[in-house]
Amino acid sequence: MVEKIRDTLRQYARLNRDVSGISEDADLYACGLTSHATVNLMLGLEDAFQVEFPERMLRRRTFETIGNIRESIAELTAGLPAAAS
Amino acid sequence: MPITVMSRSFGALERAQHIGLEVAAPVADAVDRDARFPIEALSALRAERMLGIFIPTEFGGGGCSIADLSAICATLGQYCSATAMIYAMHQIQVACIVRHAHESDFFAGYLAELADTQSLIASATSEIGVGGDVRSSVCTIEHDDGSFSLTKQAPVISYGEYADAILATARRMPDAPPSDQVLALLKREEFTLTRTSGWDTLGFRGTCSPGFTLTATASDDHILPAPYANISSETMLPVSHIVWSSLWLGIATAAVGRARAYIRAEARKSPGKTPVASVRLAEVVSRLQGMRALVNDSVRDYESIMHDSDALSAMNFAIRMNNLKLICSTTVVDIVSQAMLICGMSGYRADSKFSLGRLLRDAYGAALMINNDRIYGANAAMLLVSKDD
Repeated sequence: MVEKIRDTLRQYARLNRDVSGISEDADLYACGLTSHATVNLMLGLEDAFQVEFPERMLRRRTFETIGNIRESIAELTAGLPAAAS
Repeated sequence: MPITVMSRSFGALERAQHIGLEVAAPVADAVDRDARFPIEALSALRAERMLGIFIPTEFGGGGCSIADLSAICATLGQYCSATAMIYAMHQIQVACIVRHAHESDFFAGYLAELADTQSLIASATSEIGVGGDVRSSVCTIEHDDGSFSLTKQAPVISYGEYADAILATARRMPDAPPSDQVLALLKREEFTLTRTSGWDTLGFRGTCSPGFTLTATASDDHILPAPYANISSETMLPVSHIVWSSLWLGIATAAVGRARAYIRAEARKSPGKTPVASVRLAEVVSRLQGMRALVNDSVRDYESIMHDSDALSAMNFAIRMNNLKLICSTTVVDIVSQAMLICGMSGYRADSKFSLGRLLRDAYGAALMINNDRIYGANAAMLLVSKDD
């Protein structure tokens, strides 16, 4: 799942460094993630994992780190093994 | 007429009312005509300890609430838009320090100093080269052995030449991305301003907001510990939109007051005959009530979650606060324009007691400070994923 998240970050997050080198607990906002890019990232993740982020997840913290994104997606895909691959 | 907007410290509101009516109003036209700093009103606000009113009492301040600030700005806005805007912008800076820096030793000391000296703080968030995006910086903090230096090309710094301190945004360090910003406090003796443009505008002329090259050197502890991203979403944006909307409400209230006085004078001239424009007055009063309700609702909205950083970072909250700004900045123009139709030539004249020219010119500024199109764009982007209205 983390690799798929990294792919989506590469495509939409417009970070200022190589996504492969960003650890799971690094602050993505400090890596150049803007609020505008966050929207594109969300749309990309929704498409990649076939999920829809509920309103309660549309907060700064959800997209702050790769680890937080992974936890949110894991919660949304629980019971949907195919989507979580 | 005093605006009562949920204020809990009536003493402060009464002082604002007194200063507005007795000190700011008599020179409001001169301040506007000469585009000069409203020194009389700001001196009075300082003397009445109104500048430190939002600082918590533990630091020697007035400990007032956001609702109080809203009511004070709405009151001042009725008498002198420039005074109200300077006051509002100062309180936005104070709110950022109170919320995001009071745990730092330096800022705890600074808050006490601020309460004691009633200093005036200006803001340098906009910058040439970022296309109006205040969440993006070109300039950077450059550290050097416990202190830092900063050079910023600011297209406007409101009342910069009259401020005792400036809060400026900059990138965290030279290799940080444009969006990784911090907020730094620069005291008068730590910065120099070199004027790069004038301030000869349609309205808000007394805010004295020319462009400057800002250069500063200060010690590292002057940088607020929280990232500016958090300061912006939790305090700077919501408080700005609340206090600005409140002072626009003051402008709208003043315009409706003049329209009401005009209709009453007309009615007295020919009793038994309802003035033609009285229906229009009824309409504009309803618009004003809607505007006031939105301001109050937004104050309650913010106060109900202001201690929950996570909730404040939510998209739907950002959209609601943006909508407050969008609605109030356009409604104030509508209301003053309606008042102009009611007062007719008496409102159009510059030398009448029903004159509305200054209020209309000031009202047009509301949509431009953080341009409404930029805010609509931000909301449009968020609405691609946000569903909760």
